[in-house]
Amino acid sequence: MIIAGLSALGAASPPLTRLIAKEKEPSRAAYPGAPGGGPALRAKRWAMVVDAKKCIDDCKDCMAACHYVHNVPAIGNPKHEVKWIWPERFENIFPEESHAHIPDAMGKQLMPVLCNHCDNPPCVRVCPTGATFRREDGIVMMDSHRCIGCKICMAACPFGARSINFMDPRPFIRKLNLDFPTRTKGVVEKCNFCEERLARGLLPACVMACEQKALVFGDVEDPNSKVRQMLEKKFSIRRRPELGTNPQVYYIL
Amino acid sequence: MKLYNRGMIIAGSVIFVVVVTFPFWYGRGRAVPPPAIEIETPAIQKLEEKRCVEDTAFMRDNHMKLLASWREDVVRKNIHTYTAKDGRTFEMALTGTCLRCHENKTRFCDRCHDYAGVKPSCWSCHINPEEIL
Repeated sequence: MIIAGLSALGAASPPLTRLIAKEKEPSRAAYPGAPGGGPALRAKRWAMVVDAKKCIDDCKDCMAACHYVHNVPAIGNPKHEVKWIWPERFENIFPEESHAHIPDAMGKQLMPVLCNHCDNPPCVRVCPTGATFRREDGIVMMDSHRCIGCKICMAACPFGARSINFMDPRPFIRKLNLDFPTRTKGVVEKCNFCEERLARGLLPACVMACEQKALVFGDVEDPNSKVRQMLEKKFSIRRRPELGTNPQVYYIL
Repeated sequence: MKLYNRGMIIAGSVIFVVVVTFPFWYGRGRAVPPPAIEIETPAIQKLEEKRCVEDTAFMRDNHMKLLASWREDVVRKNIHTYTAKDGRTFEMALTGTCLRCHENKTRFCDRCHDYAGVKPSCWSCHINPEEIL
């Protein structure tokens, strides 16, 4: 397990250094605490397109970048695993579309999955404290301050996008990013579409880390956005749309 | 009216009263020195005007309310900039803004919180760079 962790860290280094170098660019103003970065990115409805054909099987750049930026712990034990964006195969992403004769190139390829930031999020409906909520721009947010760790949202999410911290995550974080808090034992966490980066005018970490440009992020309500153009050009599918949650992560296969 | 087990009852009552009132008479007349908090840090010494987000008296009384409203604004309302009464603007961030000047959490935040007997849970998630570097 340790060896696997080390090799994953080794593989993750180049995108991380690139990402960190990019992060240094926005300069902070003269006095401490002055708002840094560029003007906030705003949208009517944030969405992501995963252009899976561009995705390289063994590449984990997006995951490494996300998990570094958000201080996601690397807990070896899969029962305690915490994940924001992670690789899955076709049969697990689209089980209802899968059959025995899917071309190998597609069936065996790993693709990233993450929170779908549903328009009608079941996790939000069941949360008893309002700790998870849907923002105006469609981002389904976690407010860890209000999370009581009841895990009902985890049961409600059809995509397994939520993880709970069964233990203090700090010892399992390889390299702390001081610009983002960690979580604590007993709170649920998940992808936040990098809302803290959007507020500083930066695109999500996974999108910036992907050299293949397989991840595209933008405003799906804006007809001129890249996301919208891609969706109008190519056929795309979403995970389990029949459940009526209206997911906002689209896959071009 | 006869009181059975008189000795035990009276002795027990005396012990009960002594134990319950212990903190009051034990601490009586003792002055616990107020905490010595360190405000001077290298970052603060470099500042031209040594002024926190708001004035000192306001911060002393209301920092917890201010931080709670920052928390609501940032997490739930997507507002990230705070405009102080004198017009300066700050990014609302505990580690990023407060601790950038108050680098000495253990000798600033903790000393007063220990004295007042409050245990804020901020630090179970928010990072104190002092601890890490």
